[in-house]
Amino acid sequence: MLDMKERIACRIAKELKSGDVVNLGIGLPVKVAYFLPENVEVTFESENGFLGIATGSAITNPNPDLLDAGGQYSAIQPGACFFDSAESFGLIRGGHIDITVLGAMQVDAQGNLANWAVPGKLVVGMGGAMDLVTGARKVIIAMLHTNKGAYKIMKQCTLPLTAVSVVDTIVTEMGVIRVTERGLVLTERFKDYTVEQIQAATEAELIIPTDLKVLETP
Amino acid sequence: MVNKVKTAQEALENLREGAVIMVGGFAGAGSPNALCAILAEMGYRNLTVISCDAGRAGVGVGALLRRGMVKTLYASHVGVNTEVAGRKPGDVVYDVEYQLIPQGTLVERIRAGGTGLGGFLTPVGLGTVVEEGKPTLELDGRTYLVERPLRADFALIRGSVVDRSGNVFYNMSTRNFNPAMALAADHVIVGAEKVVEVGELDPNHVMTPGILVESIVEGEEPCWI
Repeated sequence: MLDMKERIACRIAKELKSGDVVNLGIGLPVKVAYFLPENVEVTFESENGFLGIATGSAITNPNPDLLDAGGQYSAIQPGACFFDSAESFGLIRGGHIDITVLGAMQVDAQGNLANWAVPGKLVVGMGGAMDLVTGARKVIIAMLHTNKGAYKIMKQCTLPLTAVSVVDTIVTEMGVIRVTERGLVLTERFKDYTVEQIQAATEAELIIPTDLKVLETP
Repeated sequence: MVNKVKTAQEALENLREGAVIMVGGFAGAGSPNALCAILAEMGYRNLTVISCDAGRAGVGVGALLRRGMVKTLYASHVGVNTEVAGRKPGDVVYDVEYQLIPQGTLVERIRAGGTGLGGFLTPVGLGTVVEEGKPTLELDGRTYLVERPLRADFALIRGSVVDRSGNVFYNMSTRNFNPAMALAADHVIVGAEKVVEVGELDPNHVMTPGILVESIVEGEEPCWI
C-alpha cells in the first residue's frame, strides 16, 4: 500500500510517454521517477544545466561537480549532456520541455498557480518555477488536496501568483482534475474518496463528467 | 602570451566599496568559493551582488553575506543558504535588500548585458509581482515583459580547468551562470581548480574564451556539500 504522496507520484508517472522530456520539481514531484513504468523511456531535465539526470537511484559515488536543481548530489544516465543556465532556460522557455511536475500552494479554476510566496512569511525566491510553468508544454501539479483542511484548489488564488493560466492537470490523493475552458473537471477519483468528499475539500466548483473513472486504491 | 595567473589580492585590487559584482555557481557547484573567502577578508561594504542564489551558509556569496558586505542581492532563490532561509520573518540577520528574479530571466538579463542587447522580451512573470514597474509590449498578438540587461564591475567565476591565457572548461553542472557572467563584467576573474599551460586545453572543450578573462586565481577546491 502506497502512502498518499506515493499514490500521487504513481498516478502522475502514468501521464509520461516514451520520448517525453520532463522536469521534476524537488520534493513530491521527484518521486514520480520511482514509478515510471519499465517500458517508458523519458529524459529528465535538471534546470541547473543538464539532460539525462538519473532520478530515483541512490547516489553511491557523490561528485561535487554534479548537483541537482535542489543542491543535492546527483547522477546522470548514459547519453546525458551538460549546458549552461542560459541554454537551460532557453530550452525551458522555448517549449522544448514536454512536461513539468511541480508542487503548489494554490491552484484555481482558471489554471492560475501560486507556489512560491506567502505574504508575511519568509520568501526564498521563485527559482526556475515561473520559467518552467510558462515554457513547458504541459504543467502537472502534484500536491495533497488540502493544506490540513484548508482549501488549495480555489475559485481564485489568493496567494501571489507564479503564473497565469498555465496548469493543465492537478493530481491529488483524491483524484485527477483537468483544467478546461469550462472549469475544473474531475476526470478520475480514487475509490476511497466520494465525489461529495472531493467537492467538499475543493473551493472551486468541480465539473463531474458522466464517465468519471474510479481508480483502485494503489 | 600574457600569463593571467595572479594572486587574489592582485586580481581584486581595483574592487572598491559599493562595487557591483557577479558571482557564478548554483547551490555551491561552480561557485568560486576560495575567491569569495579572500574577498570576504577584505571586507568591502555596500556591494551589489548578482548571483543565482545566496551560496551556502558562510560559503561563496554566503561568506560575503555573513561578513555584512552585501547591500543588495539579485538572485532567483536564496533557500539553499540556511543562514538566509533559516531566518524567521522579521529577523534581520543580514540587512540585505533581496531582489528576487525568475532564474531564466536573471541569466538572460546577464546574457543580454554581456552580448550588447538593450534587453529582451519574455512572457515569464506576466500577471505576477515580477511585472510590477516594468513596461509590457504587445508584439504579433502576444504580450511580453520588457526586461533590462544586467552588467557588473566584476564577475567572479569558477573554472574546472583554465589555461594561462584564460580559456575555461567547466566540469559537469558547474557551468551554470559562469559563461554568461564572463561576458557581462568589466573585470572577469576566474577562480581555477586546475591551471594548465596554453595549448594543453583542447580548443573543442573551451566554454569561455580567454579574451574575456582578465585574471586567473588558483586555489579552488572541490565543493563538497
